[in-house]
Amino acid sequence: MNDTPCPMPRPDVIDTYFQEHRAKLIDIAAFLDRVDRSSGGVDDDVRVRALHKAIPLLIDGRGDRARRILELLSDPTTDPVDQAPAKGAIGVDPNGSY
Amino acid sequence: MKYIDPHIHMVSRTTDDYARMAQAGCVAVTEPAFWAGFDRSSAQGFYDYFRQLTDYEPRRAAQFGIRHFCWICINPKEAEDPAFAREVIKFIPEFLGKPNVLGVGEVGLNKNTRNELAILEEQIALAVEHEQLILVHTPHLEDKLKGTRLTMDALEAAGAQPGRVLIDHVEEHTVGEVLGRGYWAGMTLYPDSKCTPQRAVDIIEQFGSERLWINSAGDWGVSDPLSVPKCHVEMLRRGHPRELVEKISYENPRAFLSQSPKFSLD
Ligand SMILES: [Zn+2]
Repeated sequence: MNDTPCPMPRPDVIDTYFQEHRAKLIDIAAFLDRVDRSSGGVDDDVRVRALHKAIPLLIDGRGDRARRILELLSDPTTDPVDQAPAKGAIGVDPNGSY
Repeated sequence: MKYIDPHIHMVSRTTDDYARMAQAGCVAVTEPAFWAGFDRSSAQGFYDYFRQLTDYEPRRAAQFGIRHFCWICINPKEAEDPAFAREVIKFIPEFLGKPNVLGVGEVGLNKNTRNELAILEEQIALAVEHEQLILVHTPHLEDKLKGTRLTMDALEAAGAQPGRVLIDHVEEHTVGEVLGRGYWAGMTLYPDSKCTPQRAVDIIEQFGSERLWINSAGDWGVSDPLSVPKCHVEMLRRGHPRELVEKISYENPRAFLSQSPKFSLD
């Protein structure tokens, strides 16, 4: 890792990107509200549990947030599997203890 | 600014897209063989697809001054049936000799199954035997980290030279290990999921510009054939020099791809 600083000054970084990420934050809030207002299916979908577990990483005061959240959402096993249930991925480790 | 899009599925794009890419500065594309969104019903379906990649598509690109190169393989999403996959692998060598074929790709894993891994290993062996470059697809979402590591292990077990392998679709949790093990790494830009142009530039700032490139992976899904020039705009607006943009988007792909004697921009 060579860690070149972002050449854009911090006030400009915030001016440039704040609105976009403010909107994404509200999207997450509205998504969680929507899940609460809906019914049917399982009460504790693994994807929603994983999201709840990931959110605190945003404010734990440490860097590398994107990498750490991606790792949290990854299958931690190392051996190939005999068979996959489907071609697609769901976005979190389906067997994760979130 | 002239650039190369080293991973885009032009068979799924319109001729208008070629025109717009040329206007945005695209001088060459490389097109890996991939999943068409549905499983082909016979090996012959792949044979015709490979003919499209090696014969028809270069002519369509040439109308816009874009050089078209490609990669041949059976993709991991259709590798779950080994007998079927081996029927396809049988005629891959015939296509490796075509003038616009740069190597074997995009091979890799999808759900990290034993069958996928077996077919990946057979295609790596084929590439090593025929002294071909390799373009690797890594799985999406929760399967990426594990699949990237399994793939690098398989490449190393087969004696593939890391400097002749590009591992694509890296993200923050895989890029460090891919570069650290000596491979080239590709960042794929998606409009609304996975790696955005902003995150790609963040990764360049954190990991440097050696052995790294960007691509659009434009295909039949939600994707943007102009995402590479959009990422250039993102780099420039952050204050990165034009030389860095050219390195990531022109010099680096040219350096990697030029390891194939068939790659030329003249
Ligand atoms: Zn692809």
